Amino acid sequence: MAKFTLKFMLALHDDPRGFDDLSPEEMQQIVRRYTEWAGKLAEEGRMAGGEKLSDDGGKVIRRDGGEAVVKDGPYSETKEVFAGFFLIHANSYEDAVEVSRTCPHLEYGGTIEIRAVDLQ
Amino acid sequence: MSDSVSQLVDHLFRHQSGRLVSHLVRTLGPAHVDLAEDVVQDALVAALRSWALDGVPANPGAWLTRVAKNRALDVLRRRSALKAKYADVLAQQALRSGLGDEGESVRFADELDDDVLRMIFACCHPEIAPAARGPLTLKLACGFGVSEIARAFVAAEATISQRIVRAKRQLRSGAVEIEVPTGGEVGERVDSVLDVLYLVFNEGYAAHRGENLVRSELVDEAIRLTRLLIDHEGTALPQAHALLSLMLLQASRIPARVDDHGSLVLLADQDRSRWDQARIAEGFRCLAAASGGEYLSEFHVQAAIAVCHVTARRDADTDWEQILAHYDTLVARFPSAIASLNRAVAISKVKGPLEGLAELDDLGADVLDGYYLFPATRGELLSQAGRHEDALAAFLRALELVTSDPERVFLESRVRGLS
Repeated sequence: MAKFTLKFMLALHDDPRGFDDLSPEEMQQIVRRYTEWAGKLAEEGRMAGGEKLSDDGGKVIRRDGGEAVVKDGPYSETKEVFAGFFLIHANSYEDAVEVSRTCPHLEYGGTIEIRAVDLQ
Repeated sequence: MSDSVSQLVDHLFRHQSGRLVSHLVRTLGPAHVDLAEDVVQDALVAALRSWALDGVPANPGAWLTRVAKNRALDVLRRRSALKAKYADVLAQQALRSGLGDEGESVRFADELDDDVLRMIFACCHPEIAPAARGPLTLKLACGFGVSEIARAFVAAEATISQRIVRAKRQLRSGAVEIEVPTGGEVGERVDSVLDVLYLVFNEGYAAHRGENLVRSELVDEAIRLTRLLIDHEGTALPQAHALLSLMLLQASRIPARVDDHGSLVLLADQDRSRWDQARIAEGFRCLAAASGGEYLSEFHVQAAIAVCHVTARRDADTDWEQILAHYDTLVARFPSAIASLNRAVAISKVKGPLEGLAELDDLGADVLDGYYLFPATRGELLSQAGRHEDALAAFLRALELVTSDPERVFLESRVRGLS
């Protein structure tokens, strides 16, 4: 892993209803594309992890005056959800952008937010 | 991650979708066919989004089953909370008692196969319109999407989807039981299923329209489903074995049917070393199993003809007299224009092209003019008889009727050779 100096989170946003009309075969092809992409990154020593988040929007907690108030997450009404993330090793934002460019997520209408992990 | 990729076996989503829809329709009852399809689709979308990021789970089939069943329970619970419906409550109970089964994987896998078989019998039920049976089977029991079915049958998506909607209405109404038939009606019901499976096979094998000569997915699917029939005690009838034999023997030639440029290669010109020997061997075994009873189906005769072809090491070794004898039987017992056409070809091989032509012309102009293979075969025989101008006219007529690209290319080369 020594050849990469930085770590990035690729936050994947998508519209979960965008896949509704696909046939089972087409869906499997898409899964295959993602797993092959992730597999290639793993081979290059770039992959540091990935998780799918549940689509329920989660919870938000914030102190309001004296009391911590818990609310349902903000996602239920919006079209795009924060679906999950990959953690990758890269040397710069440019490098991370190049890696993200090849991610199938973009082809299927999703958005990738690239954030550097602060290592200082 | 590379382990995950290998767990994603070919057509897992498609096959699992067909099995789960079949299983849920059997568990919940045919009135819930739309619910079954919806929750399975939801489970596949969930899998797509989750596995893409997390990797494929150790037992993908069990994952999908669990998610689809839980989703069905959610929907039913929500519905009965709004307005308690007896059928929904019953369906929930049926689902709950089945939950957890997927852990006992061997037994559950067998059960799923049985559910697929039940679904096929329902989809090929005499109550369902004949033109809808193939599409409905592919949709519900095999997990094909409407656009894929439309492509397979080279029909408009709207047409296919209309047929499926109407047929599903029949299913929901309860006019069709989701069961493998038993007793006296088995034979007839099996025959109806076999006809549909052979239609699906032929759509794949002969692929009369479109750019590819063979749509191997349909061929594989038809073979897979016919295997389900012969693996089930009650439906392993001689005609089912005969059909499987016929499919395997014909499919064994697929690797040699198209050349490297995608053009059609006639049987006589095929590189026989490319024929699939494993399929041929299994085809022989199936035909032996088919020969148990006294019942002779059309598939028995067709398979016997296929045997004559695959046992000839070179085209010149083909036993055309034997083949002609089989076609005599076929035309006498199971008459059809295609059988007569093929018999005319066999006659030309045994007695010469003029005899074959006479036989062909007996079929009448209206039959001959409807489907490209008739003028194309006439052209072939005319050309062999040295009547080049007539042959050219026949090939040109065939070109007007042909709908598959490789066959068109083939006919064009014939026309060029003659003009």
